[in-house]
Amino acid sequence: MTDISLDTLTASAARPRRDIGLKKRYAAERRFRLYGVLAIAIGLAFLAVMLTSIVSKGYTAFWQTTVTLPINFDEKIIDPSNKRATDPNVLITANYPKLAEQALIEKLGIDPNNKADVRKLKGFLSDSSRVQLRAIVAADPSVIGTTRNVDILAAANLDSAFKGQIDLDVPESRRKVSDQQVEWMNKLKAEGVMAEHFNTGLFSYGASSRPETSGVGVALIGSFYMMVIVLLLALPIGVAASIYLEEFAKKSRFTDLIEVNINNLAAVPSIVFGLLGLAVFINFLGLPRSASFVGGLVLTLMTLPTIIIATRAALAAVPPSIRSAALGLGASKMQMVFQHILPLAAPGILTGTIIGLARALGETAPLLLIGMVAFVADYPKTPFDPATALPVQIYMWANEAERAFVERMSGAIIILLIFLMAMNIVAIVLRRRFERRW
Amino acid sequence: MSFLLVFAIVLAIGLAAFVVGRQRARAQDDGTVKPHSRAHYHGWWAFLTGVVPAVLFLAAWDIGASAYLNSHIHSSLPADVADGTVAHEDLSAGLVKSLASGLRKLDSQTLATLPSTFTELQPMLAAKGVALAPDTQDYMIPIATETNSVSDRLGMISAVVSIGLALIGVGFGLKGISPRARARNNVEKVMLWSLLGASTLAILTTIGIVLSMLFQTIAFFEKVPLTNFFFGAVWDPRFAAAGAGASEGQFGLIPLLAGTLYIAFVALLVAVPIGLMSAVYMSEYAAPKVRAVVKPALELLAGIPTIVYGIFALVTLGPFLRDISAALTGGTPFIQAQSILTAGLVMGVMLIPVVSSLSDDIITAVPRAMRDGSLGLGATRSETIKRVILPAALPGIVGAILLTASRAIGETMIVVLAAGVAANLTLNPFEAMTTITVKIVNQLTGDLEFNTPQTLVAFALGITLFALTLVMNIVALYIVRKYREQYE
Repeated sequence: MTDISLDTLTASAARPRRDIGLKKRYAAERRFRLYGVLAIAIGLAFLAVMLTSIVSKGYTAFWQTTVTLPINFDEKIIDPSNKRATDPNVLITANYPKLAEQALIEKLGIDPNNKADVRKLKGFLSDSSRVQLRAIVAADPSVIGTTRNVDILAAANLDSAFKGQIDLDVPESRRKVSDQQVEWMNKLKAEGVMAEHFNTGLFSYGASSRPETSGVGVALIGSFYMMVIVLLLALPIGVAASIYLEEFAKKSRFTDLIEVNINNLAAVPSIVFGLLGLAVFINFLGLPRSASFVGGLVLTLMTLPTIIIATRAALAAVPPSIRSAALGLGASKMQMVFQHILPLAAPGILTGTIIGLARALGETAPLLLIGMVAFVADYPKTPFDPATALPVQIYMWANEAERAFVERMSGAIIILLIFLMAMNIVAIVLRRRFERRW
Repeated sequence: MSFLLVFAIVLAIGLAAFVVGRQRARAQDDGTVKPHSRAHYHGWWAFLTGVVPAVLFLAAWDIGASAYLNSHIHSSLPADVADGTVAHEDLSAGLVKSLASGLRKLDSQTLATLPSTFTELQPMLAAKGVALAPDTQDYMIPIATETNSVSDRLGMISAVVSIGLALIGVGFGLKGISPRARARNNVEKVMLWSLLGASTLAILTTIGIVLSMLFQTIAFFEKVPLTNFFFGAVWDPRFAAAGAGASEGQFGLIPLLAGTLYIAFVALLVAVPIGLMSAVYMSEYAAPKVRAVVKPALELLAGIPTIVYGIFALVTLGPFLRDISAALTGGTPFIQAQSILTAGLVMGVMLIPVVSSLSDDIITAVPRAMRDGSLGLGATRSETIKRVILPAALPGIVGAILLTASRAIGETMIVVLAAGVAANLTLNPFEAMTTITVKIVNQLTGDLEFNTPQTLVAFALGITLFALTLVMNIVALYIVRKYREQYE
């Protein structure tokens, strides 16, 4: 009897298992998982490629080639007819580039009478030598007649060549520096006269048609003004609105309307805020175009929903027991909110504000419409003066054809990204340090 | 007296009232009666009664005064100017205004003996650093001096009245201080009203957006017929030469709308699969350690300003794709440097974190029990995701995609730099097309003359864009909210 049962047992064991396609299903499982990894890899790869491409194009912008020349402040060139005591214009209109050119001729050992060689020197030094040398003479007129070492900026094309960005194998006629200039450049380099220095000008100059003297100085000040205005307006108004909606408002049609509005404003395209700014602030209220004040107002309206949403989340995260305790001890509702809830929600509010500010700092589109695309060379003294913003400056350089401007543009992007990263890191640190889990 | 000075004086009066009020309330507390409010509330109440009415009056008067001055200038312009075009009249009024503010820089002695012709006046102003437009007319000088004296008189009245209001208010507030006065309740009532006021700003902004664009759009449609805009297939808004008036142009929305939707479609083709898959992987498969590193890295993509994406497309990706296509055909590139593909790809990458963070929220909202049930029945993880979680999360994901699409449609800087400016109608993704946002920027940057259809069309485009995204957002938010309620 037991034999039979054993037989049937072995028979059933020997029967192949019903095929439920496990192999296929596991393969599908692995494939699916691979898709996920691929998706993430594509995203991260793009991020890496983008950042590398910008950094590799832009890091050279932080260095600038200069030529240290012993400038002889020759009286015969600056003031040939010796009238500077009576006519102050002489010192302003003098031919300063000629001083730099002469020093260079001497340094290179060119025959000053060889017109062809002298002509090839054109475009070696930046025209900004005029401004630079004039400032030296204006500060101290006694310098005339003496010789002094001055760092003169190299022209943008020579700067690119010095950094090795110009392919010297290309035929001479098709590149912007001549063979002769390259030879001189190498000579000066060997002597240690021509060298790269940290480019402080990138941070201090305003707009200029010459790449070597253009910088983000005006844009930094404009962006700073705007951030201050956004902070001063959006933070108090945003916090006040959130307190009302979260702590005081009873659910009604009106508060529903406000909520729908805030959620929608958070998703309205930023360029629409630019149209609002143009129509209301500039056309209707008559505020000046290109002013960082108007930019600040537009960015405030844009940032408010972000701050309100973050603040409401922070307020809602404070547990009701705190509220009950405060009210139970006899605090009024207003006292409860301002003396207990708000301090506890402060880290969350600050984090949201910083993230909102970071977004406002990188915003470009609305600023284009209110006339921030402007050639501004002078520092804005007040928020009502014409200014640009950092991202707008980047946009303007993107429209320039010269390669030296592309370098500056990438440098400016690096500056912008560093600012944004710093703000985000501060936000993350704040959140980590002060966040309380209830 | 200037607006700011009066404001500062009113504020100073208020602060003094605060100190005095607090002091007085403290002095009254002799321990016999239990005070209703603490001393500083009495101080604040005195501050508010002084400052609030005065500042409200000051602001209202200032707005009224500038409107009055405006109409005053317009009414004193000579008849031939006032009968001219609106633009000409506005221009003349503007000249008078800048002349008036220039005259403020002169000292009283010069003002008393003001020359009657502009040619004589100009060097005097130039010496003070005031540069004026050369087409300022002689007849404007008396109007400008008259305007200045009127505005001085108005300013004087506003200063006297608002300072008076402040003093009366402070007096009222201080007089009311007594131990049983309900100062705290009064102060809190004012605070509550200001909180309410702050929260209505959201509504005001929306109204401002709609109204500002609506008026300009109506002005646009007075000059250009509706059919030209909504059904026109040609976009060719010839810019009129300055002052030559509006010339005919073609303002067809269709090529712009087609470009906008095409680029958004390409972007979604990139963003939705990648974003969704990475959200799924992150929430269902990734080890906590991997998640802690990869998630913030992907969020970095969201923190990079769109101008940076645009420049990457313009400087790196566009030329790269063009060169690749040139190498493939061995000569002529079939992908243009600015193309739908370039703009769509880059915008798609920009939207990956948007899709992934929205769908992450939605996927984690699917109840644990559904997941466990499916796994318990023997389904593999991917089967659970594909057959249980995603179908359950589908409405939410559709909402997320709609929100993402509205972001794609409203995106500006990437398309300005990477999509091109030619308004083509094409199906070839390797060619350039342009979008609504690009044209808004194009029409409104640079020197512009208002009231021409060429600039007003930007507002018509803007309101179209606003309406489009508004509808998508409302539908998306409705779907997301409705779906969330299902599992709560």
